[in-house]
Amino acid sequence: MKGWMGKFKVLSLLGLVALFLAACGKENLTALDPKGVGAQKSLDLIIIPTVIMSFVFLVVMVLLVLALIKFRKKKGQKDFIPKQVEGNKTLEVVWTTIPIILLIIIAVPTVIYTFDLADDADASDHLNINVTGNQYWWHFDYEGLEIQTSQDVYIPVNSKVYFNMKSSDVIHSFWVPTLSGKLDVNPENENTFFLDAHEEGVYWGKCAEFCGPSHSLMDFKVVVVSQEEFEQWVADMQNFDPETAEPATDAAAQGRELFNENNCLGCHAIGSSAAAIGPNLTNFGERSRLAGIEEMTKEKLVEWIVNPELIKPGNKMTGKYPEVSQDDAALIAEYLLQLSPSEITTEDAGNGIEQ
Amino acid sequence: MSTLTAQKTSFAAVLWDYLTTVDHKKIGKLYLYGGAFFFLLGGLEAVIIRIQLIKPENDFISAGLYNEMITMHGTTMIFFAATPLLLGLMNAIMPLQIGARDVAFPFVNALGFWLFLFGGIMLNVSWLTGGAPDAGWTAYAPLSTTSPGHGVDYYVLGLQLSGAGTLMGGINFLVTIVNMRAPGMTFMRMPLFTWTTFITSVLILFAFPALTVGLFLLMFDRMFGSAFFDTALGGNSIIWQHLFWIFGHPEVYVLILPVFGVFSEIFATFSKKRLFGYTAMVFATILIGFLGFMVWAHHMFTVGMGPVTNSIFAIATMAIAVPTGIKIFNWLLTLWGGNITINSAMLWALAFIPSFTIGGMTGVMVASSVADYQYHDTYFVVAHFHYVIVGGVVFGILAACHYWWPIMFKRVLNEKLGKWAFWNFFIGFHMTFFIQHFLGLMGMPRRYWVFLENQGLDLGNLISSVGALFMSIGVIIFLYNAIYCWFKGDPAPQDPWDARTLEWAVDKSVPYYNFKQLPLVRGLDPLWIEKMEGNGKMTPAEPVGDIHMPHGSILPFLMTVGFFIASFGFIYQTVNDIAYIFLFGGMGLALGCMLVRSLKDDHGYHITKEELEKEAD
Repeated sequence: MKGWMGKFKVLSLLGLVALFLAACGKENLTALDPKGVGAQKSLDLIIIPTVIMSFVFLVVMVLLVLALIKFRKKKGQKDFIPKQVEGNKTLEVVWTTIPIILLIIIAVPTVIYTFDLADDADASDHLNINVTGNQYWWHFDYEGLEIQTSQDVYIPVNSKVYFNMKSSDVIHSFWVPTLSGKLDVNPENENTFFLDAHEEGVYWGKCAEFCGPSHSLMDFKVVVVSQEEFEQWVADMQNFDPETAEPATDAAAQGRELFNENNCLGCHAIGSSAAAIGPNLTNFGERSRLAGIEEMTKEKLVEWIVNPELIKPGNKMTGKYPEVSQDDAALIAEYLLQLSPSEITTEDAGNGIEQ
Repeated sequence: MSTLTAQKTSFAAVLWDYLTTVDHKKIGKLYLYGGAFFFLLGGLEAVIIRIQLIKPENDFISAGLYNEMITMHGTTMIFFAATPLLLGLMNAIMPLQIGARDVAFPFVNALGFWLFLFGGIMLNVSWLTGGAPDAGWTAYAPLSTTSPGHGVDYYVLGLQLSGAGTLMGGINFLVTIVNMRAPGMTFMRMPLFTWTTFITSVLILFAFPALTVGLFLLMFDRMFGSAFFDTALGGNSIIWQHLFWIFGHPEVYVLILPVFGVFSEIFATFSKKRLFGYTAMVFATILIGFLGFMVWAHHMFTVGMGPVTNSIFAIATMAIAVPTGIKIFNWLLTLWGGNITINSAMLWALAFIPSFTIGGMTGVMVASSVADYQYHDTYFVVAHFHYVIVGGVVFGILAACHYWWPIMFKRVLNEKLGKWAFWNFFIGFHMTFFIQHFLGLMGMPRRYWVFLENQGLDLGNLISSVGALFMSIGVIIFLYNAIYCWFKGDPAPQDPWDARTLEWAVDKSVPYYNFKQLPLVRGLDPLWIEKMEGNGKMTPAEPVGDIHMPHGSILPFLMTVGFFIASFGFIYQTVNDIAYIFLFGGMGLALGCMLVRSLKDDHGYHITKEELEKEAD
């Protein structure tokens, strides 16, 4: 009976902890409500030590409070000299051994999970995406598919997707808290890990390694769609040909002229291209956010084209092109916003959590 | 000589006295003044950071300025506030605790202080010359090597100067403790604060050279066109992270071990009991110091070092929790069965236990590598290290100030003000940092200039910023207390806390030679032994005799000024050849001073027996 009660207590405690954690933060950003394998493993290793350590904390607090209540100087005992105890060997052994045992309980799953998550033996059987971190945007190159995107990366649900990451400038760190822990994006070596999302959605990604003035504005999205939707998206992206795709409106056509005149293509590719000096704009119209952070409206885009420095301080686009007037920028915006080769957009990502 | 200095009290005389002093007590005070100044500066930077983060997408300061703020806050607090405040306490107290008349190398001691001070000034001059360093206090390459302007150059040279000073301080304390203990003061009779000073000095000796090397490489990359960290030219930027953390992790223990010593003294004194498990405490300190060098790569779990490295460093890191736990429980058992007085010093010490235990808990949590993939570089880590460094080190420094104020400044700090300062700071501290654990897990990376709206981060950040206000109020009250007692306080009585260790046996006037006769130490807590046996004071180990004292010297100051000038030369030789004048001129001055010091014999002087007897009257 007692054992059952003990189990019940532990379970209800864990349940409470889980409930508390789930209430924390935005659903598609928080690490406390995992929707992917990596994040789930991390959360397990967040909860186990938290529970164990809370127990230790409790013991310390009880001892401290009791000592203060029992042994605080009493009125009649001003000059009382307590017994000068040197120490106690048994106690020393106890409070050395118990922590070691507790630490082993934490260390074993830590090591197992560390090796689990680092195992990339099956990488060649899965979709591989080569990621380049740049100040302050992300380039995604779908290996073998001739698809490049920026800022938004589409992946299929319930499937391992490997990310091979390298930086073109300083160190960045690729972090999608709800799907997995982070991995640094270094200039010297390629780092690989996988995302394996078990629920569709649009998940926020952030740069987690200090990389300059706009470090906090280097957000990206992982768009998790169903397997079929992903295949459709791949097909749509592959079928898109910037040469033949005619802009939808006159304004957009004028915008395209201006886009070419201002030599935007010098940095920004539209359609599949190895060029990655600036973000690839193939599916710009489908992007969930402008520059990763701002709401995707025409006004904001005009503002960006005229002076990106106001939105992302220290970005590499500022000053690289001739001055663009408001009107010209509006036409270019018109062109860019209708770039939407696929019917699959962030809205198809299941619950379509936005914001 | 001594009477002469006592009579001169004009401002210029006092200034000259402090510029040339080699007395460990005065140097200790200088360290405290300098450290306090930089602590306030770093605190101001912290407040600006919290104002910027009080609401989403705030535009209180620009992105560039924000990055300068966080860099300067971290660098200032670690290198120019916490470290020197602790070196100040060690200087002021440790020689007294072992019954010495000064440190082993008084001249080097002064040089160490001036190097620290001018290093701090060097770093902060950057605010006025076109922008402070902005690559974070960790200055990761290649962000630091490519950072435009001269900000990071100031970082490199400021830290190089102060790092040399700290290294000298560490060597000095080591030699002092090994060689200058009073008769009978064996190693296993040394007070815990002396022990932790000793171990800390060992850590300084082995850790700071790694920083020096890293800074040299960074300096050559930035100023002389080398490419140690430049991937494009075959360098490797990860090397910087290793060098930085091989220094940086032991540095954490350089900060925390001395305050472990402080708390050990305070708990014993105010519980009226000897420290529980003294031997275990000493060996736990040594073990922490040793393990401190084995765990640096836990700062780099997400770098991509592979599962073997990550696992080894995860386990090594967890191991540190064991000796730390031993310490916590020994402190609790020191309280247990005692006769506990709770005053300001004790309040800080008692508050340290839960605060630091939380810091230690989260320490074990971040040690678990897979969990750290989530914690790393988020506000969780910010919360963790502030719990350790504020809840541990700052609480410890404030406790030590209250405890040793009577020795250092001959006043007892006001209790009422002390308690007000404590409660404001304590509540503010937990308000500011506890919520940050959750902010981190809710997806807020550290070093973020702004956080976006609608990400569920608003409330947490607001609470955190309000907490910073309370912490500021606490600091202001403490300062007021210090100034108030300076002018209005009564002279402190002899041994106001009924304490146990040797520093309280020094006459309350704290003569500049410390002990007229070196005391005979008959056990752990020597003063307590004498009190219990009814003597009330230490038995001398020698008859009254001549005391050998070192001369003051302006050379340490001049030497530092030379290096300081040369540093500007190093920074600006990349843009202007005139800077070479400063470079060679400054180095010339510094090396010239060294030459003078080497060639000119200075045997110090003796205070004669007669003078000592006269002074006693």
